Amino acid sequence: MSQNATGWTREQMAENVAQDIPDGAYINLGIGIPELVTKFVPKGREFIYHTENGLLGMGPAPDPGQEDPELINAGKKAVTALPGASYFHHGDSFTMIRGGHIDVCVLGAMQISATGDLANWSTGAADAIPAVGGAMDLVAGVKTIYVTSQHVTRDGTPKLVQKCSYPLTGKGVVSRIYTDLAIIDVTAGGFQVRQLAPGISFAEVAAKTDAPLLPKGKI
Amino acid sequence: MIDKRIDSIAAAVADIPDGAVVMVGGFGEAGSPIELIHALIDQGAKGLTIINNNTGNGEVGLAALIGNGQVKKMICSYPRSSHSKVFPELYRAGKIELEIVPQGTLAERIRAGGAGIPAFYTATTVGTPLAKGKEVRTIGGRDYVLEYGLTADFALIKCETADIQGNLTYNKTARNFNPIMCTAAKTTIVQARKIVPVGTIDPEIVITPNIFVDRITEVTDPLVESHLIAQGAHYP
Repeated sequence: MSQNATGWTREQMAENVAQDIPDGAYINLGIGIPELVTKFVPKGREFIYHTENGLLGMGPAPDPGQEDPELINAGKKAVTALPGASYFHHGDSFTMIRGGHIDVCVLGAMQISATGDLANWSTGAADAIPAVGGAMDLVAGVKTIYVTSQHVTRDGTPKLVQKCSYPLTGKGVVSRIYTDLAIIDVTAGGFQVRQLAPGISFAEVAAKTDAPLLPKGKI
Repeated sequence: MIDKRIDSIAAAVADIPDGAVVMVGGFGEAGSPIELIHALIDQGAKGLTIINNNTGNGEVGLAALIGNGQVKKMICSYPRSSHSKVFPELYRAGKIELEIVPQGTLAERIRAGGAGIPAFYTATTVGTPLAKGKEVRTIGGRDYVLEYGLTADFALIKCETADIQGNLTYNKTARNFNPIMCTAAKTTIVQARKIVPVGTIDPEIVITPNIFVDRITEVTDPLVESHLIAQGAHYP
């Protein structure tokens, strides 16, 4: 294991995700690292961003002082509308999501299982106030679900597990995971490394994954 | 001549009784009919069931209605936010009920309710705790959960422009749940930033046709929830 390697930064994780999204994709981005994907659109590609509160063609945050409380994203932050944008009500917005019209959704995670189950909405703790928002609709309806997240929690607990202990957002929905240490596919055989971060060893990623991990190219 | 204008905001909500089911438009502060909500606080109806995506922010608008003890039950998708404290406190104290509904299922339940569709199947929540106790049917090899349409006694709506018969347009992402809620309530009460004569709104850009609207009241310069919160305001 390299002593100096720290893996990818949040920005690099987002850039890794962006590299895998095809030109012309309709994309819905979750809060946190997924939001950074917009900064790394590969040259020659155009993405159109959907936000579930009723805007297709979402642009970046406005300049300070230009915020409009009636032009926000699903995280309730001020955004802009790009040329070609459209506004619509929640029925239409979730028709786009649940009807399979959105190509890619990038979400954060608390846990991902080896069969692609995702847990990202509740710890299930007795005093937790359940709050699901649109996450369950997105994972059920969007064609491709990518997760980007740190490989382990702040206290070092693996997020990639054999079976989620937190309440599920969706079952068998995640197809690829972009962490600070590796890009990992969810395959019929479980987690499989697609790419390791520079200087990060397979052994380190395997040690920080609480499920069997297949090396790249082997199945 | 049909004219759905009501003289005052207070008069517009005067007949909402105790125990009513009320849909409240808005996603966070965007599209939230804050003056109608404040009028409902003044009016004092209790034991309400409120349907909204969230549970309000700070101590104004929907949060103030909840904080005033008028709400028995919330039906929503996301009862948390960075400025939401009223609901969490009451919920933890066991003083308010919560029905948590995924945002798309909430929207579809309202849409279905307004369209006379009593129930539908959806893939959302399959395999999760929110599907517990619900009928699951396999259709075309995939599992779906049965969800019921939602209707309400009243809907409180914010729009941008209304004509006096109730054709409505909205502003940007303040549209959100408002148009579908207009369809799903027995009585739909609208606050409009501007009321115009019939024929002024191009039929091609009407978002809510007037058949779904019962009462209109003009609030030309509505309060902005985030500004009120920044000022530490509370209602009443």
